[in-house]
Amino acid sequence: MAATATAASTSAIPEITILKRHREDLPLAQNKFLKKTAKGKVLQFLRERYVRDDIPCGFSACALCNEFPGYRAVLPQRGYARHSKFTGKNGHWLVIDTNVVLHQMDLLTALPPQLPIIVPSTVIRETRHRSLPLFNRLQQLVLDEDRCVWVWWNEERRETATFGVEENEVVNDRNDRAIRQTLHFYPKHLSESAHEAPDLILLTDDRRNRELANAEGLIATSTRDYVDGLQGEVRDRLVDLVVGGVDEREPTDRRARRIYDEETLNVGVKSGRFLQGHFNADQYNYLEGTVRCHGMSKPVLLVGRQAMNRSVDGDLVAVELLPKEEWKAPGDEVLDQDIALKDDDVEGDEGADSEAIKEKEERMDTAEVTKKAPKEVLPTGRVVGIMKRNWRAYVCHIDRSSLSEAALTSLSQQTIFATPLSRALPRIRLRTRQAPALLDQKILVNIDSWSVNSRYPDGHFVRALGKVESKEAEQESLLLEYEVPYRPFGKAILNCLPKEGDSWVVPEKKPENLEWRDREDLRDLLICSIDPPGCQDIDDALHARVLPNGNIEAGVHIADVSHFVHADNPMDSEAASRGTTVYLVDKRIDMLPELLGTNLCSLRPFVERLAFSVIWELSPDAKIVNVRFTKSVIASKEAFTYAAAQQRKDDKALKDPLTDSIRLLNSLAIKLKAGRIAAGALSLSSPELKIHLNSTESTAPIDVEQKEQLETNSLVEEFMLLANISVARKIQEAYPATAVLRRHAPPPKTNFEALQDILQKRKGMTLDVSSSKALADSLDLCIDPELPEFNTLVRIMATRCMLAAEYFGSGSVSKEAYGHYGLASEIYTHFTSPIRRYADVLVHRQLSAAINYTPLHPTLQSKQHVERALNVVNKRHRLAQMASRASVEFYVGLALKSRTEGTTNNAVREEAFVIRTFRNGLAVFVSKLGLEGLITFKHDTHEFDPENYLINVPTPNGGSKQIAVFDRVKVDISIEKDPNTQRGKVVMTLVEPVSSVGL
Amino acid sequence: MSRLEILNLAGLRHDNRRPYELRSLALSLSPSPTADGSAQVTQGLTTVQASVFGPREPRQRAAAAHDKASVVVEVGVVPWAQGQGGSRSRGDKRLLEIGAAIRQTFEPVILTHLYPRSEITVQVQVLAADGGILPTAINAVTLALIDAGISMLDYVTAVSVGLHLKQAMLDLSAPEESDLPTLVVAALPESGRVTLAQMETRLHVDRFEEMLRLGVAACSVLKEEMEAAVKQRTTRVVERMAISAKGAAKDD
Ligand SMILES: [Zn+2]
Repeated sequence: MAATATAASTSAIPEITILKRHREDLPLAQNKFLKKTAKGKVLQFLRERYVRDDIPCGFSACALCNEFPGYRAVLPQRGYARHSKFTGKNGHWLVIDTNVVLHQMDLLTALPPQLPIIVPSTVIRETRHRSLPLFNRLQQLVLDEDRCVWVWWNEERRETATFGVEENEVVNDRNDRAIRQTLHFYPKHLSESAHEAPDLILLTDDRRNRELANAEGLIATSTRDYVDGLQGEVRDRLVDLVVGGVDEREPTDRRARRIYDEETLNVGVKSGRFLQGHFNADQYNYLEGTVRCHGMSKPVLLVGRQAMNRSVDGDLVAVELLPKEEWKAPGDEVLDQDIALKDDDVEGDEGADSEAIKEKEERMDTAEVTKKAPKEVLPTGRVVGIMKRNWRAYVCHIDRSSLSEAALTSLSQQTIFATPLSRALPRIRLRTRQAPALLDQKILVNIDSWSVNSRYPDGHFVRALGKVESKEAEQESLLLEYEVPYRPFGKAILNCLPKEGDSWVVPEKKPENLEWRDREDLRDLLICSIDPPGCQDIDDALHARVLPNGNIEAGVHIADVSHFVHADNPMDSEAASRGTTVYLVDKRIDMLPELLGTNLCSLRPFVERLAFSVIWELSPDAKIVNVRFTKSVIASKEAFTYAAAQQRKDDKALKDPLTDSIRLLNSLAIKLKAGRIAAGALSLSSPELKIHLNSTESTAPIDVEQKEQLETNSLVEEFMLLANISVARKIQEAYPATAVLRRHAPPPKTNFEALQDILQKRKGMTLDVSSSKALADSLDLCIDPELPEFNTLVRIMATRCMLAAEYFGSGSVSKEAYGHYGLASEIYTHFTSPIRRYADVLVHRQLSAAINYTPLHPTLQSKQHVERALNVVNKRHRLAQMASRASVEFYVGLALKSRTEGTTNNAVREEAFVIRTFRNGLAVFVSKLGLEGLITFKHDTHEFDPENYLINVPTPNGGSKQIAVFDRVKVDISIEKDPNTQRGKVVMTLVEPVSSVGL
Repeated sequence: MSRLEILNLAGLRHDNRRPYELRSLALSLSPSPTADGSAQVTQGLTTVQASVFGPREPRQRAAAAHDKASVVVEVGVVPWAQGQGGSRSRGDKRLLEIGAAIRQTFEPVILTHLYPRSEITVQVQVLAADGGILPTAINAVTLALIDAGISMLDYVTAVSVGLHLKQAMLDLSAPEESDLPTLVVAALPESGRVTLAQMETRLHVDRFEEMLRLGVAACSVLKEEMEAAVKQRTTRVVERMAISAKGAAKDD
């Protein structure tokens, strides 16, 4: 756009200045950056940097700085004095380094609020680079008005800005030097402003840094020593929170173990010498893991402790590939660390022999497999360093076996193991005084460090969640484990609700009522909603009618959430950070306060509601003639369940207009679906279960059943897809750089290799994965007349080969990458569920601006902001799905338990299908319960044929029986409680064709 | 690596500037002896040199207008200029757009009717790129035209204005430019007239007006600097001429 205009200068223009560079600033003026291009070329970039004189020191009585406008000086004249070691007459202030933030955050937030703390900006920058959650906590600490925490912008202010890297100096040393500058600055600055400064004490757990500080005449102390010198109740309260011993950071044999410092890692990743990716621990085998790296079609395999090099599931790691001749296939054995490592001593770090043997055996096995089936071999590597830890608080059980008999009653501090709920995590070593009391509790544990010389990470106890298997503890631990924010909505958020509360109604249709501005009056349309039974948050409603020209008008009406939730207010920020409503079996954790979700926004029947409508003119064969978008007022005529709508549609006696419009919608939906299938849309499958709870009092569910799909489910689905696609096109056109879209990338073909091979060898079937259409067609052909469930099973397995769909800002990828593979649509977004998904709220705002109803909030014009918001939503979405699944699993477990009670062997017998074979067992899927389980053979009496995915098991009469992937078997399922961890475990034994008892 | 923080807790940008602070500015006149007029402008790490040839006979007669001079703009980037400019050839679309924007900016400002049937060629060379290529180029062209003695209505000065959430900020560096909606404003500061307002994203009209006003104000600040540089040079030239005139008088 270009325009010629005369700018009206009415309001005051702020002062505009041109920065001048002093000659002496020149060495500070530029930072060098290396950056790798998409083609792998390494470019050097320069970034400019200015240094300033106008940044205040924060001391409340400073005469030099008090003229800087608009800031609150938080550092008091007298420092903290209640310390037995630091007894200067003016008290003291603390200056903290980055490692203290990274490792002692729980302690920092528990320090007395009167203790003044100076945080150099170097620390803030490093923390942001290393851990976003800790950066956020640090920011909260700084902004907390009850504390005296002051940021010293050391790199920004001229006196303390550091020149480039000195000779032989690594980044860490440079940052430490920058932090020490701060301690030199304050006494000098305050003496110039005629004040005596309190003592400045550097808090650091790095011995070298302390030595350097002492040499420069500064005071430095370790966290442990500092807390030890605090007085009275404060000391007692804080002692347990200090993380780790002192000075554990300098391992002796870094070089020998190929552990590189941060800088070498960064350079290595940039130059392509190392690969970077998130570490994925293997659920079945604790000695293996994989890392998916950008630009590699297959994940990089890590075998053994040395190769995994203390990575924890989710960490961002740097990996070095081994030479090709050392590449391996993933192990084909189940290795459960609870069993393999049960004898490990908490204090010692010598591994039990059994593990060493296992590791050795496994290596031999993999060598064999490598020869036999070369295509299973994966690029294999070793972790050379951790780029970013992704640690959080983990829900754990105390491992009873790690406590000695005496310790069971002792109240002294002792070291014990905590076993995380998640199988992908290692056991955590922690020190506590309360071990006996925590034995049958679920507890929350933070990992603090993992030293090079240790097999286990060290952590500390945060709090107890409650008794194992109590509903409250299970629910809370599930929410914590999947990081679901579940605290009640605060006052600031509730203040954003309409002040009329639940008596709010759509005002009368009058020009002076703003609600009616530019809104279409659709109250007379025969609109209805169709949802699952008991649905309270009704996002969507529909209508259809025949037009005089023979075409059909169809409308999708969505709750007008953005009318109530305004950008950037506390309610919006909370919804943005929640990202989605989370559905657990017995609880719903709302994204928006209940008043909106289940009432004011919900498109309930028989009342007027505000809506955002998509209205199409469709030809009789369901082709779009045109589409428009409008804000509207509707009055739903009925809220159907899927079943009720189906019944009404099928009842030939009914001839009323509402029923007819459901029939019309249905006939269109059938054509829309046919069109999508023809274009290559996939119909995938993941087991969806429904849990019947018999009453709210008891935790035991009555029963589990698979969800039924009706025609009306598909009716609603088709129209929601159509609305989402139409809206996606519109907002992409209006905001090509920042439109909120959703995409599903085509899976790499290699993802299907294993499934293709299994199908070929077991069933002689081929899976064509050349396109989504080819895949859909060949999935349709995967039919075994003897096994009706076979097709569903293959679909479930194929679904697991897919990538996850994700939200993205349209400017962040090229237009060719917008596509949604599963839906076979070239563009897609989410518009239809704004009550329970935050992305939809953003899409509503963009659509509203695209039709000139409201201006677009500036945050939705910023690529960076959109991407950041969508990263959060993507993460929340993924975790919410995992939480729902875990909740179903918990109830399936309870259902099983109640059904096993009273049976002779405390087990339920079910049909299952083999989905994987291991050298020492089988993985089976019980489709009726949506449950996956392992059957392990302890003895080596069977033959394993990994190439043909089968196991030959001896029968009691001396013969042998073959069991292969896809075979139908019968299993006994029981629940056993692990005596050590109190963890309830599903145990399966094979009953047919051969009993696995004794194998 | 974590992404750029546009404004940190202290309200500072990634290079420690505040929102309304422009990058350091260096101006030099007549760096190229072969052109009729030339100038080099450095703003932060962006450096652009402009050379003016003419008014002279049009290279293609057909292009000549009988009542005024035609303005031709060519834009090039040296291969070692980093960042957004990258190594681009003369035919690159983005460079053609920059060339067109420069021509559009100056055509109504140069008193072209004073030079009928002639051509004024402006060559723009981007020597280093760290954001704001177009505004820096416009500033350099203004000085080069003045250096060449071509009559204009007023100085044309230009600046980029970005919007981060609700905060407008001036003179964006390359990393900021790639993250923020950006408006390039060129104005005649004397009259407040805007000759160019270019952007690639839709912005709400209220924000647009605010950014435009801010841009025009920044243009006046730039003009003062440029005027000072021109005056200083004129003084120097006059001094030198006076000295040589004295010398010449002695010889007589
Ligand atoms: Zn001060």
